Amino acid sequence: MIAELGLAALWLAAAFAVVQVLLAWGAAKASRVTGERAAIAGVELMRALRLTTLVQGLLALLSFLLLIVLFIRSDMSVVLVAENSHSMKPLMYKVAGAWGNHEGSMLLWVTILAMSGAGVALFERRLASGTLAATLGAQAAIGLGFYAFLAFASNPFVRLNPAVTEGQGLNPLLQDPGLAFHPPTLYLGYVGLSVAFSFAVGALVMRDVGPAFAKAMRPWVLAAWIFLTIGITAGSYWAYYELGWGGWWFWDPVENASLMPWLAATALLHSVTVLATRDGLRAWTLMLAVVAFSMSMIGTFLVRSGILVSVHAFAVDPTRGTFILGLLGLYIGGALALFGARAGTVTQGSTFQLVSREGALVLNNLLLSVILGVVFIGTLYPLAAQAAGVQLSIGAPFFNKAIAPVALVLVIATAVGPLLRWRRDDLNVLLGKLLWPASAAGVTFAVMFVMTGATHLLTVLGLTFAAGLAVASVLPLGRRKLLRTPLHIWGMVAAHLGMAVSLAGMAADSAFTLERLAAIKVGDDVTVGPYRVILADVRPTIGPNWSGLEARLSVRRGDGRPFDLFPQQRFFSTPPTNTNEAAIRTMVDGQLYTVLGQGDDQGRWQLRLWWKPFVTLIWLGGGLIALGGLLALIGRVRRERRQADAETYA
Amino acid sequence: MRAKHQRLVLGLLALAAIAGAALLALSALKDEAAFFYAPGDVAAAAPPLDRAVRLGGMVEAGSLRRQADGVSVKFAVTDGKARVPVTFRGVTPDLFREGSGVVAEGRFNRDGSFAADNLLAKHDERYMPPQVAGKMHKSESIEQ
Amino acid sequence: MRRLLIWTPLALFAIVFAVVASGLLKPGDRLVHSAMVGKPLPQLNLPPITSDKPGIATADFGRGKPRLLNIFASWCIPCIAEAPQLMKLRKAGVEIDAVAIRDTHDGVQAFLQQYGDPYARIGDDKASTAQLALGSSGVPETFVIDAHGRITYQHIGDVREEHIPELLAQLEKAK
Repeated sequence: MIAELGLAALWLAAAFAVVQVLLAWGAAKASRVTGERAAIAGVELMRALRLTTLVQGLLALLSFLLLIVLFIRSDMSVVLVAENSHSMKPLMYKVAGAWGNHEGSMLLWVTILAMSGAGVALFERRLASGTLAATLGAQAAIGLGFYAFLAFASNPFVRLNPAVTEGQGLNPLLQDPGLAFHPPTLYLGYVGLSVAFSFAVGALVMRDVGPAFAKAMRPWVLAAWIFLTIGITAGSYWAYYELGWGGWWFWDPVENASLMPWLAATALLHSVTVLATRDGLRAWTLMLAVVAFSMSMIGTFLVRSGILVSVHAFAVDPTRGTFILGLLGLYIGGALALFGARAGTVTQGSTFQLVSREGALVLNNLLLSVILGVVFIGTLYPLAAQAAGVQLSIGAPFFNKAIAPVALVLVIATAVGPLLRWRRDDLNVLLGKLLWPASAAGVTFAVMFVMTGATHLLTVLGLTFAAGLAVASVLPLGRRKLLRTPLHIWGMVAAHLGMAVSLAGMAADSAFTLERLAAIKVGDDVTVGPYRVILADVRPTIGPNWSGLEARLSVRRGDGRPFDLFPQQRFFSTPPTNTNEAAIRTMVDGQLYTVLGQGDDQGRWQLRLWWKPFVTLIWLGGGLIALGGLLALIGRVRRERRQADAETYA
Repeated sequence: MRAKHQRLVLGLLALAAIAGAALLALSALKDEAAFFYAPGDVAAAAPPLDRAVRLGGMVEAGSLRRQADGVSVKFAVTDGKARVPVTFRGVTPDLFREGSGVVAEGRFNRDGSFAADNLLAKHDERYMPPQVAGKMHKSESIEQ
Repeated sequence: MRRLLIWTPLALFAIVFAVVASGLLKPGDRLVHSAMVGKPLPQLNLPPITSDKPGIATADFGRGKPRLLNIFASWCIPCIAEAPQLMKLRKAGVEIDAVAIRDTHDGVQAFLQQYGDPYARIGDDKASTAQLALGSSGVPETFVIDAHGRITYQHIGDVREEHIPELLAQLEKAK
């Protein structure tokens, strides 16, 4: 019964989406007609449109909640539950099982899409009603495609007859709190960008491209970007501790799929600021909004169609891939065609000098676009090669080589941009401001060069630029009263500082990491960096749905207090899988990362140990970037609300 | 800069950025694309020795040997047509075992064997790297 | 110039779309076809694996009648799936021989008892040498050997209901 209700809610939501498109069309049309009667009709239509959008969002949410209920109750008469859940599974993973599979994740996708549409309908008050109507219409049109996809190609509520007594479990690699909440976070980011896309389409349709539209769009871009940042940071940390390879980014297609929307959203975030504050970069901002959501859809497509080789496992299904590809072609192709037809009528915004805040932001956008282009080509090239009959893969060496130089230039732009004034600035004044960052960078370079030599030039440069950026990023606070500094300035400072911190972590990890691989007997010891590790014991251990082996490593750094680490090997029975659980000790100056390998017939156990100085800075920086986004979001929304109130009472 | 021109210049800059990305990517691709080999391809034509490639197939049943140092393994990768001996030093991935699908990253040696720097095993029971799936098509894993 | 710039994104997208679509719709030939098709059967001389059936030798083929040569193993699950189809072919008068890959006497005996026995002869290929000589890369595969002892057709994977007409047609051609 619950499954049928869920399906009914889904169909109803789709029906409301159809109504929403029609109402939006009517409201947009009415907004162009002048006259009292048209105005009243317009207001009525807008009210109906907002209500419809809200109901559609709630119905989609209801459908998704019902799916979660099915998973919690372990209703094995539903195919999806039987294939992806197990009655013995801890409750949290039963819930997470609802989106840990193709159908459920697509339902989550469309739910977030509908809910964010509802959010726009509820909160957006300042945008011209025609543009808002067109935006909500575009949002519903996107939703319709995905409702069709769910209903015809991946219905999550299909019954299983006869019901089975026990489910097939969830991939144990995915039974991890980090990963359970990882896809929803990324999806919030992906789908948040759909709102930016819909705003862009709405603005193009109504020929209303200007600061008002940019201000309406900005919080959504910011919110999506925050979720993407958190998702990527968390995903990177998950891969780091769960895969047991000691690496934190693998340039895997699935990872790239989340990085590409982030790059586009970062560019969009900066260009939308130019549009909102200075009314410049109009067409470019529209373009970026389309590109950012395109990257989200391509990301979903890449992951869900399985057409690219990935170490992250997901279902491979060409039919679904074709469906998503069709939607992608329809929406992106349609938006780009609209752009082609309408961009000519978007008039030139205000202009600026080369040396100005705008100039730096343009540079930022161009460099981000180049990086995005390289990641895009590197991710899709194997596919193009395959069409030509060649099997190849693109790995870290390609991305590091092609991206690192551009990224370093981007760091300079990030350091310089906030120090410039809008419209025009003086180069000499700028050079004066750069004294402190440049000296910090110079000192770092000298120290690092002496320490490690020219062999690690890229990592030396990485640390150098990180130091320069760290100093430069806090300079905008310099001559301000800290308590009266607007929140969004704090946000920018935090995000840029986070970038420096993260960069420092990446460079430190590749420059200073020490690795040790050994096979030793219980009682023997091995050293890695400053640590002496004794294999004290290996014994069996059990968990809720796995059994395993656990090593006790007694670790001591110099004369410090010894501590224990417990790396494990786990064996899951449903489905039969085994995993390595790394044991990690976080210190102020880095992490000790230990993995237990196989035992052999001579009583030796493989141990793989890494001492990774300052590696934690990578994710700390990511967190700082997300925090910066959050501060900016709160600051912007509060300021907008104050201005809206002021307008109301004026 | 005249108002009318600025937009054109920005547009051209954007185009240049995309072209730059393409050029940058293609030049790096020339050096860094790792070509994918199956043992049958190696038997048919000599693989390059001087660049990183990937070798994919099944871990041949009965071929897995641990070495005396306890951290190196030797095994053979097969696609049913030919086999390539592989050496690897390190902790083998979670799902690596005889009969499982594997992609080895590394280089070919002069004697036709393969030195792997990294092993990618399939992540779950349902997953087989498509490149391997393209070259293998039936279950040979029942045999233990 | 400006008009051109404005339409560039759509053009770029169209190119990418075409590449992706071609990759998705034509996932490439996933099968390994034997180089032996069209050539005479290689020299085979396999001992019997069961007590009641002879083994396989090249001389058994090409005696004026086409035959099927089935590559199978008792440990292979698709082989179980195709067993009923082979039985149907046998009932239709097709003569079928088999090569058992890396298998045992008891295993094959049990397999035949449980899933049916369409075979005239079964050769024992413990080391997969005959399989490799035939250019077969997996189990199961089915070859059509024509009246003159040449391999004329290779079917890769389990024989399903819908493959039977094609196999019968190939056997007809091979007369």
